[in-house]
Amino acid sequence: MSSITFGIIGFPGSNCDHDAHYVAGNILQQNARLIWHKEGSLGDVDVVILPGGFSYGDYLRCGAIARFSPIMKDVVRFAKSGGIVIGICNGFQILTEAGLLPGALLRNKSLQFICRTVPLRVETTSSRFTNQCKQGEVLHIPIAHGDGNYFADEETIRHLEDNGRVLFRYCDDDGNVTPEANPNGSINNIAGIMNEEGNVLGMMPHPERASDRVLRLTDGLKIFSSALNSFGIEAPAINLFEKERSVING
Amino acid sequence: MYHAKVIVTLRKSILDPQGKAVEHGIHSLGYTSVENVRIGKFIEFDIDVPTQAEAEKVCREVSDKLLANPVMEDFTFVIEKKERSA
Repeated sequence: MSSITFGIIGFPGSNCDHDAHYVAGNILQQNARLIWHKEGSLGDVDVVILPGGFSYGDYLRCGAIARFSPIMKDVVRFAKSGGIVIGICNGFQILTEAGLLPGALLRNKSLQFICRTVPLRVETTSSRFTNQCKQGEVLHIPIAHGDGNYFADEETIRHLEDNGRVLFRYCDDDGNVTPEANPNGSINNIAGIMNEEGNVLGMMPHPERASDRVLRLTDGLKIFSSALNSFGIEAPAINLFEKERSVING
Repeated sequence: MYHAKVIVTLRKSILDPQGKAVEHGIHSLGYTSVENVRIGKFIEFDIDVPTQAEAEKVCREVSDKLLANPVMEDFTFVIEKKERSA
């Protein structure tokens, strides 16, 4: 397979759909299609991205209404049949509301909307989303949310932890997972999780905002290139970015 | 016709930072006897069914499936008979 197709779902109020589309098409050099939420079918796609934003104005609860959009039936079918689904920020919230991922995202403990680049520790490299990372590696990726405080009951958390389904944790620059490094109050500093089958990822940080070297942030590419790698495709120019970054950093 | 009033609140086990912030405000006004402030949502709607039991069934299902997220929220509701307006 030489290239795959990314389908990026647009809901009313999505505002990161074009960023994700740009990364998939221009940076990863794959086929990328914007899919309006009113469509009934995903068509022929290999990876679905539920982008960030404020679908339906976050009315009732973040993601609660988007779950009922016509396209979501096919997203659920796609996910249940093993298709790769990546939910970013509001996309993560939609995935929990749709029951494709456990838990819920509560209001940030500080009650503030937080928009800044944060360090994340990679907790496992044996996933379709982190196989191009190093164990314990610290990625720098922006967050931008008011409701990112991951919550689930104790049993669910234990199940996630015991089965290596927590992929990313908020940490300090040295990779220490501390209460001070937790921006939103998430249980166990959880920033991203995957489903039991390992084909659905939900994360509050925005890898699509850290995938272009003009932004001086390229760590997000490691997540997308991991997904590509699971199709046997090597992402273009990642090594180039690494080299350029080392030049930038002196 | 019935009228439903649904109250959705964060589950007791979950810290409610909004409630805490409002509690601080109340204390700043001098009402230090006030405690355990919790913020929730109030939703009301009409249900056009012939019996109270059916209205309760609809309200419970709607609350469970959409108005509240059982992972983090509880809900209570009251159903009142409503005369059709002319």
